[in-house]
Amino acid sequence: MSLWVDKYRPNSLTKLDYHKAQALHLKNMVQQGDFPHLLVYGPSGAGKKTRIFCLLRELYGPGVERLRLEHMNIQTPSNKKIDITTVSSNYHLEVNPSDAGFHDRVVIQELIKTVAQTHQLDPSGQREFKVVVICEADCLTKDAQHALRRTMEKYVATCRIILVANTISRVIPAIRSRCLGVRVGAPNKEEIINILQSVCRKEGLSLPNELAERIAVQSNGNLRRAILFLETCKVQQYPFQPDQKVASHDWEIYLKDTAKMIVLEQSPQKLLQIRSRLYELMIHGIPSEIIFKGLLQELVKNCDMQLKTQIVEKAAFFEHRIHLGSKPIIHLEAFVASFMAIYKKFMEATVADLF
Amino acid sequence: MQAFLKTGKLSGGQGSSSTTKEKSCSSGVSKKKPSLTPWVEKYRPQTVNDVVEQNDVVQVMRQCLNGADLPNLLFYGPPGTGKTSTILAAARQLFGDIYKDRILELNASDERGIQVIREKVKSFAQFSASSIRPDGRPCPPFKIVILDEADSMTPAAQAALRRTMERESRTTRFCLVCNYVSRIIPPITSRCSKFRFKPLGSELIRERLQLICSEEKVSCGEDAMKCLVETSGGDLRRAITCLQSCSRLKGPGIEIHADDVQEVAGVVPVQWVNGMLEVCHHNNYEMLTEFVDRLMQEGYCVAQLVEQLHEVIVFDNNMTDQQKSLICDKLGVCSFRMQDGGNEYIGLLDLGCTIIRTMKT
Repeated sequence: MSLWVDKYRPNSLTKLDYHKAQALHLKNMVQQGDFPHLLVYGPSGAGKKTRIFCLLRELYGPGVERLRLEHMNIQTPSNKKIDITTVSSNYHLEVNPSDAGFHDRVVIQELIKTVAQTHQLDPSGQREFKVVVICEADCLTKDAQHALRRTMEKYVATCRIILVANTISRVIPAIRSRCLGVRVGAPNKEEIINILQSVCRKEGLSLPNELAERIAVQSNGNLRRAILFLETCKVQQYPFQPDQKVASHDWEIYLKDTAKMIVLEQSPQKLLQIRSRLYELMIHGIPSEIIFKGLLQELVKNCDMQLKTQIVEKAAFFEHRIHLGSKPIIHLEAFVASFMAIYKKFMEATVADLF
Repeated sequence: MQAFLKTGKLSGGQGSSSTTKEKSCSSGVSKKKPSLTPWVEKYRPQTVNDVVEQNDVVQVMRQCLNGADLPNLLFYGPPGTGKTSTILAAARQLFGDIYKDRILELNASDERGIQVIREKVKSFAQFSASSIRPDGRPCPPFKIVILDEADSMTPAAQAALRRTMERESRTTRFCLVCNYVSRIIPPITSRCSKFRFKPLGSELIRERLQLICSEEKVSCGEDAMKCLVETSGGDLRRAITCLQSCSRLKGPGIEIHADDVQEVAGVVPVQWVNGMLEVCHHNNYEMLTEFVDRLMQEGYCVAQLVEQLHEVIVFDNNMTDQQKSLICDKLGVCSFRMQDGGNEYIGLLDLGCTIIRTMKT
């Protein structure tokens, strides 16, 4: 019994539901037996990994589905031991070097180089190269990316690298120019609705169109989330009602409440309360970037244009600082404090104008 | 002095041998076709004479091949203009088969701290090289150390090079290759003869691409070719990689169109760039957020969008100079923040807000 997300994941390039022209192109490329390094990018939940697995399956046959989990130990030059988990089959290796934090360069140098250097043992096997899938390539440090660039050129005969990234703004141009970029855009609303309907058909359920549409809107272009929402709805109540409530994540509601508190009152005491709430969110593993985005979206809702531009400018400033510093909470709080200052000044000014 | 005399004497033999080598090289290349090599490698210039556009460098290298002494070199210029290709081709012509023994190539992926400079480079530089090849033919009596991407070396490592460069000048020449000459410390630049590599003209890129197209039997339409040349921005490597990717994606025998090129090159389509400005004209925050949301879902590269916006804004006729300068200032800030890893959504919103504000004034 697996989740619907996994159960109905398409496993061949021909079965993909959207961006069919692109799938056809990829299939073309694989059939020529050779392809360059790939850089697959797009928002999360758009089906990047799915596409890659379809591609690998097309390339190597069903053997890629026999996966095993391996733990590896790597020692840095400064004698620090790093544990890294990889998922691999006989033909490919999937690794997330950014798990190792700023030691990711060592992972690239050691692990990927060793994989890339070894030839395929069985020459009668279908392909003479292996594939290394690097997840979250946009989180790699600059050092690691530079280390990758020569590895990519040198071992091109024995190894192909597929980089997966959410955004390529952070990938250095040298890597970008060595890869074939594959952009996987999010599916639009109609495509999500179609997929939800087809999942329900396969499960033998009937899904009212209004509900499907609301799920599609709430998922915000993220197909994985849409299917998870659908399954949650099914657990909550079946048969579906057209006006059924679609449960959103707890943390989203919590974040919205936090934003409301900030708008209601601006004082140092409130700031302390906000701090504990922000900590609460971070303890539960919500990335600071998402907290920031969520806060900004909520806070600007009842401001006028001039105020909005001011707040957005502040947000961009502090959000940038998060990436330079090491403690996100400080910058989050600084943003909240400066919002309070701007907002309060504005409120006092309007009140003064009234009298 | 000894070295100078020796190189001088070798000149005649060296020159003639290299020209024969040249021919055999260029004819050999077109014959063997390993399917796995990227076209960039396959069509790398094999001789110094094949290097296009960079006349003064070619002149100097040609004289070196004819026996003049080779100075320490510093090549700088934008990527894809043939810096590495030039020095590799020259080395191949100078040394022929023993070229592997006479060259030490280090680039950013190798460990290149001060320790490596002290040990590896120094010990390599100290070996003296003979002026005769194993097969009895003459060759120049020095070795070449190629430091690729030298601008990513630390100043300490560069400083360690200074004395080594002078002391071992009898047996070793250095060739530094970098994009930004300003990141090389002055003591090094003053020890080298500097050569600037110009971005390639669009005609040359087009010519080169057409040659590859006919060699590889790729059909590429006129508009696609134009698009390739435009997106490359003078970077031949990028243009060739892009062409190869397109032809791989489309499969053999199918014509490449301009939109394929745009998609592969990661260019944001023009309607999105203009759309951004248009949305900003409306002075409406909700429309801006909606636009940004859609853009993020499409997954386009925002850093690229910022670059393209810059092009559009600079040549826009409806804005005053002051407005342009304000917006460009913000563009710079945004681009910088995104390089550091800043959130694209917030950065783009910030940019949009700035444009809206400047449009109003």
